[in-house]
Amino acid sequence: MTTKRHFGFGYALLGGSLGLFATTGIAAAAEQITFVSQGGAYQQAQTVAILDPSAKKLGITINQDSIPDAWPAIKTQVGSGKPIWDVVDTPTGYCLRGGEQGLIEKLDFSKMPNAAAMPEAYRSPYSVSYEFYSSVLAYSQKTFPKDAPNSWVDFWDVKKFPGRRALRNHPIATLEAALMADGVAPEKLYPLDVDRAFKKLEEIKPHITVWWTSGAQSAQLLNDGEVDMEMAWNGRVSAVAKEGAKVSFTYNQGILQSTSLCILKGAPNLETAVKFLNEAVNPVHQANLPLNIDYGPGNPKAFETGVIKPERAAQLPSEPANAAKQALMSYAWWSSPAGEAAEKRWASFMQK
Amino acid sequence: MPDSSQKHQRREHGLMLALVSPALLVILLLIVLPVGWLAWQSIYHDGFTLENYRRIFTEDIYWRSFALTFEISLAVTVLALLLGYPVAYLANAVPKGWSIVILALVVLPFWTSVLVRAYAWLALLQRTGVINQLLRYLDMIGEPLALVHNTFGTVVATVHILLPFMVLPLYATMQKIPADLMQAGASLGASPSLTFVRVFLPLSLPGVLAGCTMVFVLCLGFYITPELLGGGRTVMVSMLVSRNVELYNQFGAASAVAVVLLVSVLLIFVAVSRFISLDRMLGQK
Repeated sequence: MTTKRHFGFGYALLGGSLGLFATTGIAAAAEQITFVSQGGAYQQAQTVAILDPSAKKLGITINQDSIPDAWPAIKTQVGSGKPIWDVVDTPTGYCLRGGEQGLIEKLDFSKMPNAAAMPEAYRSPYSVSYEFYSSVLAYSQKTFPKDAPNSWVDFWDVKKFPGRRALRNHPIATLEAALMADGVAPEKLYPLDVDRAFKKLEEIKPHITVWWTSGAQSAQLLNDGEVDMEMAWNGRVSAVAKEGAKVSFTYNQGILQSTSLCILKGAPNLETAVKFLNEAVNPVHQANLPLNIDYGPGNPKAFETGVIKPERAAQLPSEPANAAKQALMSYAWWSSPAGEAAEKRWASFMQK
Repeated sequence: MPDSSQKHQRREHGLMLALVSPALLVILLLIVLPVGWLAWQSIYHDGFTLENYRRIFTEDIYWRSFALTFEISLAVTVLALLLGYPVAYLANAVPKGWSIVILALVVLPFWTSVLVRAYAWLALLQRTGVINQLLRYLDMIGEPLALVHNTFGTVVATVHILLPFMVLPLYATMQKIPADLMQAGASLGASPSLTFVRVFLPLSLPGVLAGCTMVFVLCLGFYITPELLGGGRTVMVSMLVSRNVELYNQFGAASAVAVVLLVSVLLIFVAVSRFISLDRMLGQK
């Protein structure tokens, strides 16, 4: 309790003091931006693949910061009127919600030809898809040496596929999976029939051993044999598989999700940030990302560069054939009032 | 003469105040101000509002969480008392050298982080964990038992983590019970169990109350253990606070929950302090 409650306040203080530094330092500095991502292996991979090459090409300095969940910080920083960050890499929904609440800059795509060339479903007035991951059905190959579960219908079928199950303790992607288990086609999910989804979830609830809260936890559960099948992020599953765990997953009926780049409202280096956004989705930089980590490029043109070998491409969530098997998450729906209401309903569903 | 002694006393008070002022300042900056800010957030959002509190007292998910938290805290306290009392008794009864060993074993886990201990329990209790494997090896069970990712696992780990807070105040109280009293009881013909029930137990009650209060209050705010071992269903109040911030980004609602929890803890302390002085409870005298 204590760590959380001081969080926002700490940030307000930090924001205030760092803001002071920023204003005094600006005159002397060359073009620079502060870029914020989620840290860990992911941020390392994008530094090599995208950030360093972009900085070099544009002749700018990219200062990096990382935070597991940027949303509360975005709110406090912009709310204080002196944001210290420029560009954030965050789940797309936050860019959209932030845009509606006046926390995120509206993008001028005429200044970003690389982004403008991307499919419309991959961008919004406030954001550009940066990388893709997928919420997939993962399973233990020890429990299912053959005839593994291959769809959410199978996941819900506790007679045909006995075993312990886990789902994420979060409505996003879980409601989509429930609806697909109930027979809704991936392309007909939105707007989500929330009542129907929760009803279907009630069905599987008694069979869920763990409702996981972090990606690391989900990987651990499968690795330890604590559960036999679960919803998990593809990168987490392939990471434990690489370490020798007998686990696998299917892209069939996966829920394709993205993090996006967006710019904080009133960012200190707005113009440089726009230039960087364009460069960051350059197909060649984007193609370098999956060479360093198991995530797919946000710009599908990356697959046409020849940088990604076909056998590597086949493993990636956003590779066109894999993407075709999956549902593309609608962040627009999740940040709409109906989506927010569904998120709130989750808490009472869990505690019943 | 009384005049100068009063002056002396006043000067001494002034000196003491000057000496503690840095500490007071730190407390003010790091505790009083943030908590005040927190309380303010719970009632002010574009104007004065009691909406956050109304929700806590009317929506049943909040009620359920508070009820569950108090239930778990009560269970943990009772278990810690049942486990801790014999340990403290033993540490008090054996010769000095042995009591140091016993107390060292009680305090040792303090040096391991709560997170590590939670994961250790996971390794012990999970389906393929040590305990289930052992029971299956001994053919005592067919299917692995569900020992973790539920309230049971949460309570077990929490008892383990909080046990020292029970044992230490108990031991401190028991140490002060004069051994002569037990001898006197025996010399008057009472059996050992009767001297224990009539003499030792009543005299150790302040320690029991102190230990129980410490464990109960600390348990109310537990976060990591239920988060890791509760399987997502054991939603304690501290988790409501974090969910409100992380999932719904409602600092006001989170603050209100925290304030209600804080007030309940203060009320418990006030109630307990009617029976036993807080100084004594925190091991001062």
